[in-house]
Amino acid sequence: MPLSLYLNVAIGGILTGLVYGLMALGLSVIFGVVRVVNFAHGEMMTIAMYLAITLFAAFHLDPLVMLVPIAAVMFAFGYLLQAGMINRFITRPEHSQFLLLIAVAIIIANVLLIAFGPDAQNVQVAYAFDSYAIGPLIIDATKLYAGLTAIVVAAGLFSFFRYTAVGTAIRACADNHTGALVVGLNVNRLYALTFGLGAACVGAAGTILLLLFDVTPAAGPSYTLLAFVIVITGGLGSMPGALLGGVLIGLTEAMAGLLFTPSAKTMFAFALLVLVLLFRPQGILGKRAA
Amino acid sequence: MIGRLTEGVPRRVLLLLAALLALAVAAPQFAGDYLLTVLILMLYFAYTGLAWNIMMGFAGQLSLGHALYVGLGAYTAAALYVHFGVGAWIGLLAAAPIAGLAGAFIGFLAFRFRVAGVYFAILTIAFDEFARVGFDHLTWTGASAGLFLPVKQYAHNDLWHLRGHPAMFYYILLAAIVLAVVFSRALLQSRIGYFWLAIREDEEAARASGIDTFRYKMLAVVISAAMTSFAGVIYAFYYNNLFPEQVFGITHSIEIILAPIVGGVGTLFGPILGTVVIEGVAEGMRTLLGWLGFDVPGTKQLFFGVVLLFIMVAMPDGVWPWLKRRLGYWAGKP
Repeated sequence: MPLSLYLNVAIGGILTGLVYGLMALGLSVIFGVVRVVNFAHGEMMTIAMYLAITLFAAFHLDPLVMLVPIAAVMFAFGYLLQAGMINRFITRPEHSQFLLLIAVAIIIANVLLIAFGPDAQNVQVAYAFDSYAIGPLIIDATKLYAGLTAIVVAAGLFSFFRYTAVGTAIRACADNHTGALVVGLNVNRLYALTFGLGAACVGAAGTILLLLFDVTPAAGPSYTLLAFVIVITGGLGSMPGALLGGVLIGLTEAMAGLLFTPSAKTMFAFALLVLVLLFRPQGILGKRAA
Repeated sequence: MIGRLTEGVPRRVLLLLAALLALAVAAPQFAGDYLLTVLILMLYFAYTGLAWNIMMGFAGQLSLGHALYVGLGAYTAAALYVHFGVGAWIGLLAAAPIAGLAGAFIGFLAFRFRVAGVYFAILTIAFDEFARVGFDHLTWTGASAGLFLPVKQYAHNDLWHLRGHPAMFYYILLAAIVLAVVFSRALLQSRIGYFWLAIREDEEAARASGIDTFRYKMLAVVISAAMTSFAGVIYAFYYNNLFPEQVFGITHSIEIILAPIVGGVGTLFGPILGTVVIEGVAEGMRTLLGWLGFDVPGTKQLFFGVVLLFIMVAMPDGVWPWLKRRLGYWAGKP
């Protein structure tokens, strides 16, 4: 096989990986601050994907434009979920939180199944088959736009946490829960905001990913698992780590699909996860909690 | 031995347990074919719940990938039977050590490298998924097309080869549950059990007081994995077909942990009560929706999710501790 083929597949994998990274960023932000593993993460992404399909059918808007309203809807969903339910579970044992979110996931998957039926759906954009040729390289337009948009959204989130007062307050909660309470921060509200932001992130990622993949109501768990693999590889709670993990997993999957068989690609992603957990349990960019 | 096992359990609880057991023994005589399959499913998840409980409920190690041990047990016994005609019980002699070794491998890697809590839970999912995709590509066991056990019409129940009427599987599972409860109770009252509880409550403190936490956590994983593999053997010979997607799937792992968590983690009776509640809710939904004439796919699971959500919010410790408080019985810990 010629070298350019490997390069093309690798670039495709990296661009897809950036979207994976954005999805995982949502999970990472939620875990980093709220300390709850969002077991309904993949299902939240499928909500966004179906929202995009509905909006596309109604208005024929480009998914990349619909990203803003969909992220806003998902923000509200996440905020209400955290404020209404998960806040009460913060001090409960992990298995209890897991099951709560599994229940949420079951509800979401089946509401989608009832509303949209079991068949795979997608959107057909005008540029679906376009590509850019740079020398010997051929890059799919959809993947390029998807990857670039993911970077823009992620950059927005980074700046929010870095430069705004609310972002700083959320980071304070994550660093020291008791300390945040002592200085008078409304921790429950900040948790709800964080969960909302995480949900908006995964909502944006879902909308973008619709350019690349179909969606079914049952697609949730595999995305949840993928997001776990990515954040742990990159470092649970580390924002750059999530993006890096996404790129690594995207690359691994693409190369495994090329060199072995596409159906075995998740095995390589999990193998990478196992290696990381064993030799660097805190993840590539993660800091070890005391 | 018996005296120690029943120590601290009030007489009326023992009588109640005996009555429940008698009811369970008599049930297949009155149940129709459909109800019997539901009851077998209940017993199956009660058993896997009890096995999972040893690792999570006693030793505090959260496994979200227990389908791995079911799958290894099921595939080992089924492959031996299909390829070499080896009987189920001999198959179990191979299946249990294989599952135990897999558990030991995961435990060794995780506990040596101090992978704990959420990370450990996700590591267990990772190994389960790894096995699922692996078996999807393993042609010796039929890959993703499935592994099928030869099925014939059997005139009599062949207990040795596990071929026969569903009622036979019912009684085997019931016996396994009784053994599992007795075994769990014996473990809890032993030195090992106390060490586990100490590790579950505070691992640092347990280590500081001289408990070899690595060794006892390993023991919990290996025992739990080997016990779970038996459920796999029964699964294989009861359903007669195995698909990696179903056996190793994350959905199966979640189904395994539902019963003990809903029933009450760390209690002996929780997994059993939990499975009765869960299957009861699921079947009740099915009957109710059938009666109302709803047959949109997903409706049953939707209501199931809502009920699960309600149980988690209303009874955070699970149904059994809640029920015990209601019954005014809190002393002791069966």
